[in-house]
Amino acid sequence: MSDKNPKRREFLFTATYAIGVVGVGAVAWPLIDQMNPDASVKALASTEVDVSSVEPGNTITVLWRGKPVFIRRRTQDEIAEAKAVKMEELKHPEKDEDRAKDPEWLVMLGICTHLGCVPLNDKGDYNGWFCPCHGSHYDTSGRIRKGPAPTNMEVPKYEFVNANTIIIG
Amino acid sequence: MSDHDYQPSSKLGKWFNDRLPLLTLSNHLKEYPTPKNLNYWWTFGGILTFCLITQIVTGLTLAMHYIADSDLAFSSVEHIMRDVNYGWLIRYVHANGASMFFLAVYIHIFRSLYYGSYKSPREVIWIIGMIIYFLMMATAFMGYVLPWGQMSFWGATVITNLFSAIPFVGEGIVAWLWGGFAVDNPTLTRFYALHYLLPFLILGLVVLHIWALHVPGNNNPIGIDIKKPSKDTVPFHPYIVIKDGFALLMFMIVFAFFVFYSPNILGHADNYIEANPMVTPAHIVPEWYLLPFYAILRSVPDKLFGVIAMFAAIFVLVILPWLDTSKIRSAVFRPLYKQFYWILVIDVLILGYVGAMPAEGIYLLVARVATAYYFIHFLIVLPILGYKEKTIPVPLSITEPVLGGSPNLGIIKNKESLN
Repeated sequence: MSDKNPKRREFLFTATYAIGVVGVGAVAWPLIDQMNPDASVKALASTEVDVSSVEPGNTITVLWRGKPVFIRRRTQDEIAEAKAVKMEELKHPEKDEDRAKDPEWLVMLGICTHLGCVPLNDKGDYNGWFCPCHGSHYDTSGRIRKGPAPTNMEVPKYEFVNANTIIIG
Repeated sequence: MSDHDYQPSSKLGKWFNDRLPLLTLSNHLKEYPTPKNLNYWWTFGGILTFCLITQIVTGLTLAMHYIADSDLAFSSVEHIMRDVNYGWLIRYVHANGASMFFLAVYIHIFRSLYYGSYKSPREVIWIIGMIIYFLMMATAFMGYVLPWGQMSFWGATVITNLFSAIPFVGEGIVAWLWGGFAVDNPTLTRFYALHYLLPFLILGLVVLHIWALHVPGNNNPIGIDIKKPSKDTVPFHPYIVIKDGFALLMFMIVFAFFVFYSPNILGHADNYIEANPMVTPAHIVPEWYLLPFYAILRSVPDKLFGVIAMFAAIFVLVILPWLDTSKIRSAVFRPLYKQFYWILVIDVLILGYVGAMPAEGIYLLVARVATAYYFIHFLIVLPILGYKEKTIPVPLSITEPVLGGSPNLGIIKNKESLN
């Protein structure tokens, strides 16, 4: 090793390390990314549900992407109760109109936003849902009112194909 | 006897040992000078080695019959229990073995805390031990998911959801952990792969743990540095081997009691119901050995800070050698620390109890006080105690108090005052 031009050698070292890091990253990425949701999982992106048999005041639970989705046909009382809530009282302020396009139908992921349990219907202090795991209370619009959950239950993308059929996803 | 002096007696032994010094290693282990005052709390290292080997052997045999597929996992476990020859025995040993492993590791950790085994020069042994403990929790958690019962499924859901508390990237990390949009087949298969891998990482770390132990040698109940070998030491074989062996037999009686007389008492009945993503069991609790951390998680009303507090509870243990400022190792000579030590033990037991109870009312209040005290112990009491505490003078050697007639502190004190 000659000491005539130490800068040249330093440059070579730096370049070698840099290429080495890129190489390691390129090898590591496929090994990491293989754990992400795969094509077959993503392909199950939408579910069609027939809701013609759901009476007012009832909820059906369907599985979409491995998660439960609550479809509730709300009574007029429940709708009135959800609309009457003032925004200041909410931990995660969302208007009922924004959560239920057709006020009679509330469609949301039946998953507590705390740690992912399935809340129970018609339970809790707000006549909506109650999560048995860590005690979160949701109102008739699925909004968090009390307990550790940080946000309202999520409303997925859905639409009515016709009067009796909802497509989720 | 120094390791370098060792020469195998046979010619073949010498030939082999010159090429791979395995016989030198085995001689080192046999002659390894051990403090002669080690009590039964020191036998848990050997017991833990036994637990790890038991888990690996039973796990390997279970793997020959278990099927990691969300449609088949639950029935394959029932197949093991009903059809496979001695399958019930192997599975019950494996399931209860996890609990026994944690029982032994908690005694081992609390022994370290009492006798100050984590202090200089044994910090690296302690940190490796904490990494092993953390990997044990990860391994046990993933193993509990494999039978694909209701507790498996919802335990996995709740624990993986902890990562969703991380701002911005949380949801992405959770989807990456799951391999989907919920806990499902991809989650099961990867947990199986990792559950198989981690015990071998633990085994490697155990080798490092023991290697690091053999550099300074064992701590001892009076926590003083000793000369090795000397009047204060005995060779590992046969003295410690026979003592460890006896303790192991006693431990196996307890182990066998659980396996043969109450194999399901430490589990949850809900796990004999197949996983159902539509229904959460009314009361989700983790296995008993994770309850104190679960209580800490739930005692904080904010999701992100709850998760941070839970991981911090483990991390304060890692940095413990630098939080405890006292130069005296053993609690025997630290009258105040001894009291705080027992308060901590009770505090952790209380956390374990409230972790199993619903997080509301009085339980929540107790959990909050106990969580606060846990951190106060490590972050405030220990650093201050090192400066404020008036310690009892330590003896100069192990032999001194022994010859003076058992650990008679009066004699030591008198000697000190004479000096």
